[in-house]
Amino acid sequence: MPPYKTGLLKRKLSDESKEIEDNNSKSDEDVGLIRGELDAENDSTDSEHDDDDNAASDTERDEILFHDNADSLLSDEANESLAESSDLTDSEGDDESEDAESSDDEDGDSNSDEDKPEKVKETKPTTKAESEDSGAESGTGPTLSGSSDGSKKKKERKVIKKKEFKQKPTKTKAVQKSNDSIDALANKIKETNVTIQPVQEKDEYESGDTSDEEERVNTAGAVPSWWYDEYEHVGYDVEGRRIARPPRRDRIDEFLRKCEDPEFWRTVRDPGTGQDIILSKQDLELIARIREGRVPNPEHDEYQPWVEWFSREVLATPLRAFPEHKRSFLPSREEQRHVSRIVHALKMGWMKTRKQIAEERKKNKEHKFYDLWGSSAGVGEGEGTRGVQRHVPAPRRAPPGHAESYNPPPEYLLDAKEMKEWNKLQQTPWKRKYTFLPQRHGALREVAAYERFTRERFLRCLDLYLAPRAIKMRLTISPEDLVPKLPSPRDLQPFPTTEVLKFTGHTDLVRSIDFDPSGQYVVSGSDDGTVKIWETSSGRCLRTLALGCAVSRVAWTPAAGLSLLAAAAGTRLLLLNPGAGVGAHRVAQRTDDLLADPPPARDVVMDERTAACVQWEAADAAQWARGVRVVVTHFKPLLHLSWHARGDYLAATVEDGGARGVLVHQLSRRRSQLPFRRAPGRLQCAVFHPHRPLLFVATQRVVRVYDLVKQELVRKLLAGAQWISSLALHPAGDNLLVASYDRKCMWFDLELSSKPYQTLRLHGGAVRAVAFHPRYPLFASAGDDRYIVVSHGMVYNDLLQNPLLVPLKQLRAPEPRGELCVLDVRFHPAQPWLLAAAADHSLRLYA
Amino acid sequence: MVSKKKKKYSSGEGAQFMTRKAALKKLQLSLKDFRRICILKGIYPREPRNRKRAQKGAGGIKTLYHTKDIKFLLHEPIIWKLRELKVYQQKIRRARATREFGRMRKYLRDYPSINIDHIVKERYPTFVDALRDLDDCLTLCFLFSTFPSLKKVPRNQSMLCRRLTVEFMHAVIAAKALRKVFVSIKGYYYQAEFEGQTITWIVPHHFSFQPQNKDEVDFKIMSTFVEFYTMMLGFVNYKLFHSMNLVYPPQLTAGFSPDSEKDLIDEHAYVAERIAALNISLAKVAGANEVEELPEIDIFQSEDGDPQKLEEAKQEAEKVKKLKTMFKGLKFFINREVPREPLVFIIRCFGGEVSWDRNHFVGATFDESDESIAYQIVDRPSMDKQYLSRYYVQPQWVFDSINARTLLPINKYLMGAVLPPHLSPFVDKIKDQVYMPPEERALKDPDFKPLDDEPSGSDIEEASDEDAEEKNEQESEEDGETALARQYQQEIAEDSPSDDEEDGEDDLDKEKKKLAKEKKKAMAVSSGVPFKENPYQKQIEDKQAFRLREKLVRKKHRNLYKSMKAGQEKRKKEIWLLRKKRRLHDEKVKEEKKAEKRKQKMQAFEAATA
Repeated sequence: MPPYKTGLLKRKLSDESKEIEDNNSKSDEDVGLIRGELDAENDSTDSEHDDDDNAASDTERDEILFHDNADSLLSDEANESLAESSDLTDSEGDDESEDAESSDDEDGDSNSDEDKPEKVKETKPTTKAESEDSGAESGTGPTLSGSSDGSKKKKERKVIKKKEFKQKPTKTKAVQKSNDSIDALANKIKETNVTIQPVQEKDEYESGDTSDEEERVNTAGAVPSWWYDEYEHVGYDVEGRRIARPPRRDRIDEFLRKCEDPEFWRTVRDPGTGQDIILSKQDLELIARIREGRVPNPEHDEYQPWVEWFSREVLATPLRAFPEHKRSFLPSREEQRHVSRIVHALKMGWMKTRKQIAEERKKNKEHKFYDLWGSSAGVGEGEGTRGVQRHVPAPRRAPPGHAESYNPPPEYLLDAKEMKEWNKLQQTPWKRKYTFLPQRHGALREVAAYERFTRERFLRCLDLYLAPRAIKMRLTISPEDLVPKLPSPRDLQPFPTTEVLKFTGHTDLVRSIDFDPSGQYVVSGSDDGTVKIWETSSGRCLRTLALGCAVSRVAWTPAAGLSLLAAAAGTRLLLLNPGAGVGAHRVAQRTDDLLADPPPARDVVMDERTAACVQWEAADAAQWARGVRVVVTHFKPLLHLSWHARGDYLAATVEDGGARGVLVHQLSRRRSQLPFRRAPGRLQCAVFHPHRPLLFVATQRVVRVYDLVKQELVRKLLAGAQWISSLALHPAGDNLLVASYDRKCMWFDLELSSKPYQTLRLHGGAVRAVAFHPRYPLFASAGDDRYIVVSHGMVYNDLLQNPLLVPLKQLRAPEPRGELCVLDVRFHPAQPWLLAAAADHSLRLYA
Repeated sequence: MVSKKKKKYSSGEGAQFMTRKAALKKLQLSLKDFRRICILKGIYPREPRNRKRAQKGAGGIKTLYHTKDIKFLLHEPIIWKLRELKVYQQKIRRARATREFGRMRKYLRDYPSINIDHIVKERYPTFVDALRDLDDCLTLCFLFSTFPSLKKVPRNQSMLCRRLTVEFMHAVIAAKALRKVFVSIKGYYYQAEFEGQTITWIVPHHFSFQPQNKDEVDFKIMSTFVEFYTMMLGFVNYKLFHSMNLVYPPQLTAGFSPDSEKDLIDEHAYVAERIAALNISLAKVAGANEVEELPEIDIFQSEDGDPQKLEEAKQEAEKVKKLKTMFKGLKFFINREVPREPLVFIIRCFGGEVSWDRNHFVGATFDESDESIAYQIVDRPSMDKQYLSRYYVQPQWVFDSINARTLLPINKYLMGAVLPPHLSPFVDKIKDQVYMPPEERALKDPDFKPLDDEPSGSDIEEASDEDAEEKNEQESEEDGETALARQYQQEIAEDSPSDDEEDGEDDLDKEKKKLAKEKKKAMAVSSGVPFKENPYQKQIEDKQAFRLREKLVRKKHRNLYKSMKAGQEKRKKEIWLLRKKRRLHDEKVKEEKKAEKRKQKMQAFEAATA
């Protein structure tokens, strides 16, 4: 074992021994209680005995002292027996504290043994006297001490110490000096050690062998000394010889001795031997010290400096006297084998060092990248892989514009006004023009980090995993592509483009106009109660016919050989002949002839229902002169008139007529018919088909087509408008144009469907009139807004081809009066001219 | 017999979608784990066509997932890993609670990592797919590479991001794939082209990391994204490096590798630093020969291919080829105030040689004193010591030159000069209705003079816009063409004071003299007036016709048409506004210049007289 280790071990041991000592002291206390009692008994016996002896207080004190001594002697014997047993333990070679203690005890005992002879020599007479007592006592003592362990020894040890100190000044000192080799240091150590541990390292062979020097020791045992009062001896020595009692002295002797002997005051009698012992000066001093309660040894320094012997510092010289064992310097075989095994394992790679393991772990955590896609990647392998259902890839971020530049063009920086708006939208930043504030930096070094960068990336992340995705069809078309492709108006000429003539003369708004079949004349009916005939080419008014009340409708007969026009004025339907100034003389004459005599009465058969609402009258002379030829009076004011293409029939619509709202008048027979039995609705107008026996009746919402021959409803056309205003039939008869007050014009293809083929929203206001051109593929619509729209309406003979509708021109209409602007439009029968009846009392001709 | 009534929402849209709550229940995952797996697997909510039906009649707006997507997630092996992780975390928690810190540390040390390689492959079956989706990945990785260690962002993650981004930049340099660059206030935009896919990413400016409010930014989510993105970027890098015959974990070439006799403390750090300097070309795979230049593109006259388009494509390819070697043979020196990494990256991408101050960063190859340096990039107003053999330019010159695909004249970019605006190369030029700043237009056609743009009718392409402007300025109800017609009428009136129009019909009752005079006048032969045709007549007519045709837009498309038109108008207005602002600015600058000149003249005059 290396020296430092031994030092440590020693230290450890000392600690342990300290502990044990503590334990001992504790047990001392425990045992001390019992002992104390016993002692008390002893004392009491002693005191009794003293009383008997009539001893002086001094001797009494001495007695006590000697009693202690005797006690210690007795216990010493017991100790010796113990020491023997401890020798056995010693042979084990262990450094156990107990053993050390015991060995120390042994030392102490031996010391005491060594000291004994001198002491005994000195105190022989007294001890003999006392021995009986102590022997009697020790009868119980050893048994006790035998059962209780070293605790008792301790006490005894103390006594021994006392003895030691007693002896030291007298003899032992010299003996020590001469006898042994232990130097002063060792001595000192022992002395100091006394305080820590009771081990007394005194050489046990200091005083040599004591066995032969044993002399006259009273072996009477622990019996009271008064048992020997009646005998001549006080006890027995070891060999059984009687120890003679010294001569007894009475009080006189005592007194005499007191007077004579100067040493009397320090002479005490040994109770064991009955001998007188003269106390030495040291003894007296000792007694004095004890009395004063001081440490008995005068040489003991209570306040000497503390020396820490057992510290962590390795001492240059061992504390222990013997050298370290060899094996403490040699490496352990077992350990060597173990190490070699580890080294081999490390070499072979079976085992790894901690560092290696940590590195390996780190390496494992690092990800290894490899060719994930392989060399054949991108060759249609990906098609079959299962994945997200109908994957919608996330849209890319919009690329940055000029405004985001660190040095943008000056126009992108916000000016004061924009800045104000920017600040105003502080609470609603998403409404701002940019997500960032455009800024100009003079140099790259001035550019700071963008503080919202992380936030923007985070928002993008949120978008990627949290925003619902859907495929939205994005139109890549321009808005122009939505506008239908139509031929250019320039290719569809001729059509009226400008206003060429203005017919003035009416004093109130013009309700209705019509061309004569040749297109040479124009008739107009106005709210001022007149019907005017105009010349188309010049706009000159040829004739004015005053009818007395407002004229709501005028219509020239389509029959070529007649000069006849129908005018609706209030409830009256007037058939007028414009007269000689208009048209050919002969035609006017023939018309007059035709109308001069009414047809025979048998022909005019009208049922009562019809007769109740219509009354045919021939014009009187005054009327005749004014051009009126026939007057048909209705029960309600007239709304609309329309001629049949042949010119014989005339359909009249009356206001609020109910079932009798439409009347068909036959001119040649001067009779009327009521085609409907039930009211179809609120009637607007009724128009004949150009060449088939069909009647188109427009009510507020629908247009009904009746077959006049079969007398049945053929079709019902759903206009989809709120209020139909008027309708016009294409000259071919297969198409129908319906105008409505809710700004729409509906083109119906009768072959196609009962729903409009096309709805034209060409006007900004109510549409009041529509007209087809009899020859050209033109139609016009006009109403309350300021435009008359001329459109191209081509109807093909091919049934598979739908009509082509192209709005051609918006003609500027005259200024509106009130809400009204244009009330009627008509095309010239032959020319692409358009005539409009305006609310500003005039007629306009566009060409 | 009554047939069994079909349960509602068991088919159709009602069965197609699943709320998030239902998905969580089906997958038996916590919301946190679900979020993570959604991010990793790229699952996102869907917008149903009919929300009410998709939500099975429930009101409000719920996050809806496609049922098949959730079923797809159900088969994901990672779900089991997540569940195991949950148990593992419980162990850690337990160890902490019982204060067994040694055990806790051990658990933390051996924290199992989840392998997501298969997800990368699954989401991007081909390499091109991955390239197509690299934008967000790169931007986020570049951002994370600047992050310090945060609570939710482990240090090794940001280190890995840094490593991967550096590797990617090396790949771009080696492939010469960079096409566009742009310095914005947010950061540097780069656009590279790999295998025909354009990849755009942003690199933030320096010191981009700022502590974020917890409500504003959740780093955990971003970290999860980065977890996937790093994997993806790693594999992409590997593939890119291999396609260019480079050794993948990048290594220095033998010349630059550390000397063996020198005992380095950390060789890995030494190499990583040099690689991060971006200045050294990387080691190639041994035995691999150089990749030859791409062969010329042959033009095939295909039926659908427009020959003009093909020609354009060829020209573009030629330009790109030139761009790749734009800086070849030029030496650049970067001053220390200039951001080093972006400029080194850019210059190296186009074949230039770069160096910087040796003390600034490792990897400098030559010193400032090198006479062969052609350009020194400086970002300071002046310098004490200047070499005559080189140009001192500001960094914007490099960026602008690349975007212009030619070395721009340096006179505008010299040290201390006021820089011209830096324009974005990402503005879509094909789209019409895009405002083009005069600088950009000047770049496009050299004839364009930016300063006197007002009077000249150079804006032919935007004539209609001009019309709009006029209209806006007039702010009258009348249309442009009526205004034009009126103008024309006025012109005519001015030309011929004798009005042709006769309105004599109204004033029949006028005096005889006047009548006679008029008659005389009417009878008199006046000199003929040449018919002046309105030059805009045709346009006016066309416009009118178009306006009428507009009314025939089908009802179905009417709203769409209106909104499109409104958008057009809005854009027009924006362009008009920008142009106006520019004009005002230019005028202001001109005025200032004039005033300056006048002042100088006055001063000179005063000096002369005094």
